[in-house]
Parts: sequence; structure tokens; C-alpha cells
Amino acid sequence: MTAMTGPLQRPPLKTSGGNARRRTAFNRAMGVVLSAAVLLALIPLVLIIAVIVANGLPAMNWEFLTSTFNFSRREPGGGYLHGLVGTLYMGGLAALMSIPIGIAAAIYLTEYPRQRLAGLVRFFADVMTGVPSVFVGLFVYTLLVRQIGFGTFVGALSLAIIMLPIVVRSSEEILKLVPGELKRGSYALGARHWQTIFRVTLPTAAPGLITGAMLAVARALGETAPLVLTALAAQSVVLDFQGGGQTALPLLIFREARGAFEAGQQRAWAGALELMALVLLLTIIARTIGARSRYGR
Amino acid sequence: MSAIPVTTERLPRRHGRALGDPLFRWILIGSSALVLLILALMIGSTTIDSIPVFFSQGLWQFLTGTTWDPGFSRTEITGTYQAGVFLYGTLVTSLIAIVLALPVSVGIALFLTDLAPMRVARTLTYLVELLAAVPSVVYGLWGLHFFAPVILKPPAEAVSDAFGWIPLFAGPVISFNFFFAGVVLAIMIIPIISAIVREVFSAVPDSERFAAYAMGATRWEVMRSVVVPRSRPGIIGATMLGLGRALGETIAVALLIGGGTTINFSIFQQGESVAAKIVNTFQESTPEGIDALIALGVTLFAMTIVINVAARLIVRRIGDVSGDAVA
Repeated sequence: MTAMTGPLQRPPLKTSGGNARRRTAFNRAMGVVLSAAVLLALIPLVLIIAVIVANGLPAMNWEFLTSTFNFSRREPGGGYLHGLVGTLYMGGLAALMSIPIGIAAAIYLTEYPRQRLAGLVRFFADVMTGVPSVFVGLFVYTLLVRQIGFGTFVGALSLAIIMLPIVVRSSEEILKLVPGELKRGSYALGARHWQTIFRVTLPTAAPGLITGAMLAVARALGETAPLVLTALAAQSVVLDFQGGGQTALPLLIFREARGAFEAGQQRAWAGALELMALVLLLTIIARTIGARSRYGR
Repeated sequence: MSAIPVTTERLPRRHGRALGDPLFRWILIGSSALVLLILALMIGSTTIDSIPVFFSQGLWQFLTGTTWDPGFSRTEITGTYQAGVFLYGTLVTSLIAIVLALPVSVGIALFLTDLAPMRVARTLTYLVELLAAVPSVVYGLWGLHFFAPVILKPPAEAVSDAFGWIPLFAGPVISFNFFFAGVVLAIMIIPIISAIVREVFSAVPDSERFAAYAMGATRWEVMRSVVVPRSRPGIIGATMLGLGRALGETIAVALLIGGGTTINFSIFQQGESVAAKIVNTFQESTPEGIDALIALGVTLFAMTIVINVAARLIVRRIGDVSGDAVA
């Protein structure tokens, strides 16, 4: 399959007689149409990056990165430090919760692929990636927020639930690539199953697993809707583990994007630049790690 | 390259390590089961909280009525909660998104699998995937303050001027509307649809392409009469997955659709979607109002889960079939 995926060479058609001329002309026209489809998708990407940088850079400065809201939000100045702290805090907690469990589930799927539970988990993990993130927020609200209130932990939990199926499925794809010879070699040396997993399978798959995990984190850091329902809001840096609300970059951008104050919109642009830099950097590093390794993607 | 399951079940148990493997296996099973447990809890917990709303309104009234008038009770449902306006907004924006995104995604996938040189295809794939990495709040901000007013409004006004006699395109074009939300949604789901369609296209055996070329077909003819027809179920599955994503997308729509409590038939008028309603009114809601929002969420979840399960079943069947055919 790998050697054959490129476009095939077509022997030149005779362009005289019959309808050959019309058909080649149509072929060429459709080539242009298909290229236009790709362009149509790339234009927004360029426009997004260009507009965010153009609007975000003038508003971005040291004060924005290192301070929280001013007393008056009508005034320029102040920044999203509390959002950055909340994003990293909740993103970190969510990663701690979802990555070990996700990888453990993925190990189960690859080590016991024919069990009925494995089939179910694989299918429903796929289905779970399609659950609207706002619904995940509502779920955590009904399950926990009603009992223990808004805060960092419940926000992180909603992000972890969004990450979990992504980690499971991407890790499974990577673990499947670890050659059986390596595992059998380990067993031949007398290693137990768990020793083989920890000393052979996981180290071999590590770069690919890191790629999958980082992409999942990048996805979680950009989530807004579940946090509206679980983290709620905060006006200053919050370090509490739970209770009292927390904020995040996407939440602050969402609030100020539609605000009436010019200064607030400026901060929203700078916040978007900060968030995009964070997310795209994670995505690009993740893909680079994955592309460099033999058992990555 | 199917992985051969390797186990040590038959190894004799040695002193001191006997517990290791069974314990390890149960940890793995527990982690897997947790995925199913979370999904089950999701359905249970939200449904229980929203059942009073469905009961007090009546399911049919809840889905089709157009009045949303929250009450102030802490213990019972006193207001009127009908989701028709929001369901309409969700469906209209998602439909616009699918109509725009599907042809573009299929075009991208054809270009990447059958037209572009390998190296170009790899770079372009990477760039299209970056589009999926952009957070939805960034799409919303960009759409609200740049894309909609600067790029989309002039052509929308031209269409409205020319075809305004059709109720669907009736003017005036206001600055928050279904169309703007739908276009931004389309951009967001293009990477999702095109990634799956691309996989489906590259699963078409090359021998069939060769056969068509041997009969003198042009590239386009090969795509049209071999690649696309053979992939039709996969394209349908990918479209449904894109639709599922569009239905549930929240923040970008919330910023662009404008809000409102009536059904407008023109795509250039404002409205409200189910997901947007939830995030827009959650913080000001009364206790029973929150239960009503949860009922909205359950409705949205039911729609997306049905679409997702169906789409996954279709796509999975393709995967199995093509997997055998290619190997």
C-alpha cells in the first residue's frame, strides 16, 4: 500500500479525433476546480493567523502577560494572567487525569484486541469524540458542580473527559505499531507481561504516545463551552484546587469578544494570540516528535 | 501488519511476582471500563436532572413549541420551556455548514489522493489539519470582528439584493445571522470531513484505478467513475460525522448567531442554536431554568449520538472491507 499511494502516471492520451480533446480539456478544468477547493480551505487558515497576529500584536505586551484585570474593564491596560494560570492549571490537571487512564485503556485494546470489552470500548471511544463539549460541561455540572461547586478541579475534569477518548484512540494506533518480535524477545528473556509493557512496549511507542497526548492537551486548552458550565469565572489569579470558580484564556476571550468596550476587544485579540501561540506550538511540536520517530505518525 | 496477540498466560507463576500480571490486567480492564462508565454516567446523570422538564412540558411540545419563558422556582418547573426556536437555529446553521463544506472537502480529498504529488499532498494535509487545531473561541472572535463584517457581508448583501424576493434570502443582512455562523461552522468541519474522505479514497485499490486508466480514462474520469462511486458510503459517513460536530459546536455559533426568541426564515436574520442558548443563558439562569438548559443539552446529545453511532457503523464497515481488500 505505502508504495502505491502516490498519484499514478497516466500515459499521454492521443488528443486527436473523437471526443479526446473535449475530455482532456474537461480533465484540466476539473484539476483547477479541485485545486481551488484546497485554496478555499487554506485561505481561512492564512486569514485567521494574519488577523489574529495583526490585531493581537499591538495589544500584546509585558503588562498583558503579567497582570490581571484592571479595576475598570472599560479602560485599556490589564491582562489575562489569571486566564493563563487557569488554562495551564486545568490543562495540567486534565492531562494528569486522562493520559495515564487513556494509555492504560489503549494498552488493554492492543494487548487483548479480541475481547468483547475491547470492541465496545473502541467503538464507544470513537462515539465519545463526537459528544458536544458543551454537553460534557452539563454532565460534570449535574454530577459534581451541584454538590461541590464551581472551580479548578471540576473544570479540569470536564477537560479530562474530552481528552480521554482522543488519548485512547491515538495511543491505540501507536501501540499497534510496536513489532511483535520485540515483545516476544522480551518474553524469551523471561519478562512478565507487565514488565514487557513497561520496559519494551511503552518505551518503543513513547514518541508516538507523547504526540497523541500533546494533541489532546492542545485540543483541551482551546475548549470554552465546558468551562462556562464548570469553572464559571474568576477576576484574579486562582490557585485553589476547588471551590470559588476559576477562569481560563478561552473564557476571558469569549466574555470580552462581544463586550461593548473597545479596550476589552483589544484584550480579547491579544488573548487569542496568546491562546493560538500556545495551541499551535503544542500541535506543531507534537507533530514534529511524531514525524521523527519510527513508530510515530 | 495485524498485531499478533502475545500473552504469557501459560507461564508458570513464580514466587513473589505471581500477583503482578493479574493485578496489571485488572488495572487495564478498569481503565477501559471507565470509558464506558463515563458515557453511561453522562447519559444517566443529565437525563435524571432533566426528566421533570420533559414531563412538565410534554416531549412533543418541548421539541416543537417556540416559547421559552423561564420560571423562578427552586423546587418545581413553573415556566414554559420549548426548544423549537433553538432546534431550528441548530439545524439551519448545520445545514448551511454541510452544504458548503461537503463539496470543498471532497474536492480537497480528491486533490490530495489523486492529483497532488506526494510531497505537496503531505504539506497540504498538514496545513488543513492545522485548521482543526484552531480553538473555536478564536474562530468566533475572528468571525465576529473580521470574517463576517469584512469578507462575508458584501456578498451576502449582494445576494439579498438580487434574490431578496425569496424568503430564504430576504434582507436586510444584519450583523449576526445564520449564514455567518454557518460559513464559519463550514470552515471548522472541513478538516474533519476531508480527513475521513481522504482515508476512504486512498482505500480504493490502485488496481481499479489502473484498470480505468488502461481503458483510456482521464484523471477526472477515474475520480468520477471509480474513486467517488466506490467511496460513496464512506463519504456519507464522513458527512454525518461532520454534521454531528456542527450540531454540537457551541462557542463560535454563540458569538455569530446573535440570539433571539423567534424563528426567522431568512438565513440573513439572527437566531439562536441549542448549544449557544446553553452557554449564553447559563449564568443568569434560575435553578429550574438550569434544569431546562440541561434538557436542551440532553436533546442535543441525543441528536449527535444517533448521528455519530450511525456514522461510525458506516465508516467502520468501510474500514473493515477496504482493509481486507488492500492487504
